[in-house]
Amino acid sequence: MIQGLATLLCCQFVGEVLARALHLPVPGPVIGMALLFAGLLLRDQFWPGAPRPDPGAPGLGQVADTLLGNLGLLFVPAGVGVVVYGPQLARSWAPLSLAIVAGTLLCIAFTGRVAQALMRRFG
Amino acid sequence: MIDLAQIWVYLARDPLAALTATLLAWMAGLKLAALCRWHPAANPVVFAVAILVALLLVSGVEYRAYFEGAQFVHFLLGPATVALAVPLYRQWGHVRASAPAALLAVVSGGAVAAGVGVALGWAFGASPAVVASLAPRSVTTPVAMGIAEQIGGLPGLTATVVLASGVVGATLGPLVLNAARIRDWRARGLAMGTAAHGLGTARAISVNTTAGAFSGLGMGLNALATALLLPLVWRFFAG
Repeated sequence: MIQGLATLLCCQFVGEVLARALHLPVPGPVIGMALLFAGLLLRDQFWPGAPRPDPGAPGLGQVADTLLGNLGLLFVPAGVGVVVYGPQLARSWAPLSLAIVAGTLLCIAFTGRVAQALMRRFG
Repeated sequence: MIDLAQIWVYLARDPLAALTATLLAWMAGLKLAALCRWHPAANPVVFAVAILVALLLVSGVEYRAYFEGAQFVHFLLGPATVALAVPLYRQWGHVRASAPAALLAVVSGGAVAAGVGVALGWAFGASPAVVASLAPRSVTTPVAMGIAEQIGGLPGLTATVVLASGVVGATLGPLVLNAARIRDWRARGLAMGTAAHGLGTARAISVNTTAGAFSGLGMGLNALATALLLPLVWRFFAG
C-alpha cells in the first residue's frame, strides 16, 4: 500500500517539477496522471509477466481505489471556502447561478449527445 | 475545574479539530445520502459542506484557520488526480477504440461549457472579473484557478464557482442525461467528467466502472484542452 502511495506521489512530484521547469500551463497532477498511464502501458509492453490485477507497484490499485472511492471527501475543504465569498456571491448571485446551472447542464447534454453520436458511428 | 477556554485555544490551533470535523461531516453526508437512497439530487459533498459551513458560522472560526487543518485532506486531491490513470488503464481496451471520438466530444463540450457560462454572465451584467472567473468553470479546481489568474479573474471566486458547477453536474447531470436519452455509459461518463470534473467523476465511478473511466478521461482531456486553448481564445477576443 505504501509502495502504491509512493508511486502516486513520485508521478505527481515529477509532474510538478516538469510543469514549473518547462512553464507548462498544465498542472502537475494532470501531467503526473499522463506519466503514470504511459508508465503502465510501457510496463505491459516490455514486461508482460507483471502481476495483472494490481497494476504497477504492489498496492497501487488498492490505493487508487481507496482515493477514488472517496473522491467527494477531498473536495469538502475547498467547498467550505464558499463562506469567504459570501458578499461577492450576494452581489452577483443571479448571473453566477444562472451561468453555473444552465452552462453545466447544457454542457452535459451537448457532450453526451456528441459523444454518443460519434461513438455510434466510429465504434 | 475544567478550563474550557484553554481547551478551545488548543483545538483552534491544532489541525486535529478541523480534520476530525471534516471526516465526521463527510460520514454524516454519506449517511444522509444513503437515507435518501442515493437519489442523484442528494449529494454527500453538499451535505458535508453545509454542515461545516454551519459549524464555522456558529463557532466563529475563520475559514483560514479551518483550512490549516483541512488542507491535509485537500492535499490528497493531487495524488487522487494521478490515480485516475489506474481506472483508465484498466479500461484501456475499451477506451482505445473510442479515443478520437472522445477527444472531439470533450473539446467541443468544453467550448460549450466556457462559452455559455461567459455569455450568460456577460448578458446579466456581471463585472468583467466575475465573467473571467466563470470561463474556466468546468475544469478541475487547481487548473481552473491557474487559468482564471491568467485571464484576469478572481482565483478564489473561481474555486467556488468550479465546485458549484461540479455539484450541479453531479446532482442534476444524471437526470439531464436520462432526459436527453443518452444511454451509452461511455458517453454518460465523458459528459460528466467534461462538465463536472472530479465531482462528476466521483459520481460516475460510484455508478458504473466504464462510466468512471470515461469520466476520468473527459476530466483529464478537458483540463488539458482548456488550459492550452482558453487563454489564447480569451486574448483573441479581449485584446
